This record gives sequence, structure tokens and C-alpha cells, in this order.
Amino acid sequence: MNRLKINRLIDKAFQYVGIACMSIALLILAIFMINIFREGFTRIDWDFITSLPSRKAAKAGILTAWTGTLWILGLTAIIAIPTGIAAGVYLEEYGAKNRLASIIEVNIANLAGVPSIIYGLLGLEIFVRLMNMGSSLLAGAMTLSLLILPIIIVASREALKAVPKTLREASYGLGATKWQTIWYQILPAASGGILTGIILSLSRAVGETAPLIVIGALAYVPFVPKGPMDEFTVLPMQIFNWISRPQHDFQVNGAAAIIILLVITFVMNGVAVYFRNRWQSRINW
Amino acid sequence: MKKRREKVIEAGLAFSAMLTILVTLGIIWVLVSESFSFFAEVSMWDFLTDTEWTPLFTRKHYGILPLLTGTLLTTGIAIMTAMPFGLIIAIYLSEYAPKGLRKRVKPVMEILAAIPTVVYGFFALTVVTPWLQSFIPGVDTFNALSAGLVMGIMIMPMVSSMSEDALYAVPKSLREASFGMGATRFQTAFKVMVPAASSGILVSIILAIARAVGETMVVAVAAGQQPVLTLDPRSGVETITTYIVQVSLGDVQHGSLEYKTIFAAGITLFLFTFLLNLASYYIKKRFQEKYE
Repeated sequence: MNRLKINRLIDKAFQYVGIACMSIALLILAIFMINIFREGFTRIDWDFITSLPSRKAAKAGILTAWTGTLWILGLTAIIAIPTGIAAGVYLEEYGAKNRLASIIEVNIANLAGVPSIIYGLLGLEIFVRLMNMGSSLLAGAMTLSLLILPIIIVASREALKAVPKTLREASYGLGATKWQTIWYQILPAASGGILTGIILSLSRAVGETAPLIVIGALAYVPFVPKGPMDEFTVLPMQIFNWISRPQHDFQVNGAAAIIILLVITFVMNGVAVYFRNRWQSRINW
Repeated sequence: MKKRREKVIEAGLAFSAMLTILVTLGIIWVLVSESFSFFAEVSMWDFLTDTEWTPLFTRKHYGILPLLTGTLLTTGIAIMTAMPFGLIIAIYLSEYAPKGLRKRVKPVMEILAAIPTVVYGFFALTVVTPWLQSFIPGVDTFNALSAGLVMGIMIMPMVSSMSEDALYAVPKSLREASFGMGATRFQTAFKVMVPAASSGILVSIILAIARAVGETMVVAVAAGQQPVLTLDPRSGVETITTYIVQVSLGDVQHGSLEYKTIFAAGITLFLFTFLLNLASYYIKKRFQEKYE
């Protein structure tokens, strides 16, 4: 066999290696999903969704867990969205050239790489102890807000960057101030991209467990939280608690709760992708 | 009047941006101050050289080494899984696959990346561990191998999508020139494209390592809670992150030495990820090939 033939053989072989690797990845994903559905799907019924947690696996439900997740989601959104967009606007529209902005930029890149459990330690010391919030919903939401802030800022900046200069110049030409231009022209034009980033970051917050464990969120909460200062649990915490137990019945409960959690995150991601596609296809600068 | 309003708004926006710096300073302050009082009671030398970590027992030892080897073991297994698979998929997608496939694979990767990590933990514990036990003798219920493998699957999309972006950023002219010289796709991929995208690929691997080092739930669920100094992947280990979770779930008095240990462990973890992030940032800035 000559050199040329060998090279062609290697070339073809790698193609099959590539296809094999992709298939293995997809296969693992499939096994993963099938296993969870087979274990947990039959456990999901109305009682499971509306029952309080219990020591008996068959009677336990996820009422406190999903209400806690909703509370956390809402509070985190209220705190993180305005702050994140404001920071994004400042960095993109105001501080383009000054030194402070470049420091902030490096800093945000770095924050995005800090493990989530470290945010938990920050929240434990600052919110739970120093600000005396205890292991409340508010402390949890503040901690998660700090965690997703870099994601919202980066997404906002990308979206703002995509707005063409002509729009700005036209607005200035009509006598609008800088803020008027941003508020009435640029932000609406960038809203699709910002929205996508927000939904993705919130879906991340919904799935986070470690920082909430560290700030002291409880595994067993026998009541539905009524206000932001109440103690709480969330779906991932409940799942962690159940799957850490050796009894098979609790594992089944865990699988069932995982299905609910996956549905929530996939729906959120689906909505985000939908917005992104619509925004990208409709606006043709 | 209008001018003043503009100034106030700008100040408000600037404050939001500044908040991110406060977060960093807050993290450093919290970790340093609590660790400082930890090291007032435990010597730094013991912390770095003692081979036992038993702060929750009566006979207390404060050696970080078992937690460190646990972390490095699971991270090592994860990277050995994620790197070859991730890179091959990235190269296949950018050099071999039909154009439409790239567009269809991206959403699947995003789905994989969106799955909460506690779910991966369940997968490791209930599927991968029994599977490993079926053909490897001596695999414990909680073991580093299963957790590491699943963590590798978890970070693989990150490696492949970032590496693929790096390959995609290499100008087409380079690839065409290589084809023009009569090179095969394989030769073009490994002798032209991968070297040209090497800094981006390296960054993707470094960030994947940082992610694996800081990952918590998979190891907390599947790797166990035994801080033993071992490199045997079949046995249970405890990572730095698992230890923090273990203490947080228990009933530890605020201000006690046990309480401070999680911050000493935390600062070790933070230093690791900080150095890795710094390295990736430096490589990105310094070595990125610029094409006109």
C-alpha cells in the first residue's frame, strides 16, 4: 500500500471515530433519560405534587419543594434582572474606554468561573450571619442573584453590542439625551437577546443546589413558605435528600422529582431558544 | 435639570457594575478572614502536610491532602473522559460533518449543559456505579471512578463546544490552502486547524478542569464522604466541595473551629479555580492567533 492510500484510510477511519463518539454521547443521554423515566414516571400523580414531605416514602410529596423553587425563582428574578441589565448597560454604553470598566470586565470573567459553592460561603457569612437574614428565602435568592449576575451582564452586553450605531445616531440627531436613547431605542431593540440571557440564567438558578445547602436551606420543611423570611427547601435539595437515602422507595421519589425538575429546566431553555431564534430572524439590521 | 437626571442615572448604573467588584472583594474577605482565624489555631504546616482530615472526630487532624487528592482524582478521571471525546467531536463537527449537522448538534449540547448537576449525581449513583460493579471487582457503592466518569460526561459539551468555536474561528483560507496542497481532511485537521486553534482548545480544557474542581453535587452524591489518602478510583473519596456540603448539612456551631474548616477548605478551592481562570485569561489574551 502506498502512502496516499494509507492517508486516505486514516482520513476515513477518523470519520467513523467521530461518528462513534457522537453516537456514544447521544446513547448515554438516552440511557440517562430512559432510566429516570422508568424509575420515576409512575410515581408522579396529583398526590405527589400536592403532599408535604414525609418520613414514609409512599406518602411524601414535593409541595414544599416546588413552592420553594417558585419563591426562589421570583425573588432571584426581582433582584438579579434590574441589577444585571443596569451593569450591562453601564459597561457597554458608558464605561467603554475607562480603566474601571476594563477592571470590571476582567472581574466578571473571573466571577463566572468561581465555583457555586464558594458563593454559598459568601452568602452564609454576609447574608445569613452579618445581615441576620437566617437561612431564609431572601438569603437564598440574594446568594443565587450574585451567582447569576455575571451571566445576565454578559448576555445584556452581547445584545446591546448587536444594536447598530445608526439607531443611536438617529436618536441623538432628534435631540434625545443619552439615557433617552438607551431607554427608548437601544434597550427595546436589544430586549430579545437580554430576555434569552435572563431565562437561561434563571434556569441555572433553579437547578443550583450546593450554594443553598451551604447557606443552610433545609432538607425537611413541613410547611409551605409564606413570606421571604421563611425557611425553605427547593426541588434540587429535596432530590439530593431523597437520593442520598439507601431505601429504594426514596430513590423512586427522587427520580420522580427529577422528572419535574427536568421539565422545568427544559421548558425554560426551550423558551429561551425560541426567543433567541425569533429575535435573530425577525430583526435584520 | 435634565443633565442632573442623566448624571443620577449614570451613577446608578455605575453602582450596579461596581457591585460585581464588591462581590469579588466580599468573597476574598470572607474566605481570608475566616481562614485567618482557622490558621491561628491550626498551623499552616499541619494543614499542608498532615495526611489525615478528621475535624469532625474526637481525634482531630487538619491535613488538607486527603481532600486534595480526592478532588484531583475525580477531576483527573473527568478530564480523561471529557477531553478525548470532546475534542474528537469538536474536530468531527468542524472538519467532517455536513453543514447542517453542526446546527442540529448545538441544541443537544445545550440541553446536556442545562441539566442540573444533582441529576447527574443520581445517574452516577444508580446507573454508572452498578454498571462498573458488574465488571470491575472491588468497586465500592460510593467511588471516585463513577463520579469522575459522569462529571466527564457533564463537562464534555463544554470542551467540545468551546473547542469547536475555536476551530470555527480559524479562517477558511487556511483549510483551503491545505486542501490545495493535497492534504486529506485528517491531515488538515491535525496539522493545520488544531495547531491554529490550539490556544482556544487549551482554554476550553483549562476551564473544564476549573469546572470539575469546583463541581459539588455529582461528587457529593456518588463519590462518598471518606477523606482517605488514596489514588484508587474504585474506593470512596471526599472532595473539598463534598466536605463543605457535609459540614453544612450537619449541626455546626458558628464560630467553632469546625465551622472555620469549611472556609479553609473553601479558600483552597478558590485559589485553585482562580489560578486556572487566570491562566485561561492570560492564554486567551497573549496567544490568541490574530488573522486578518
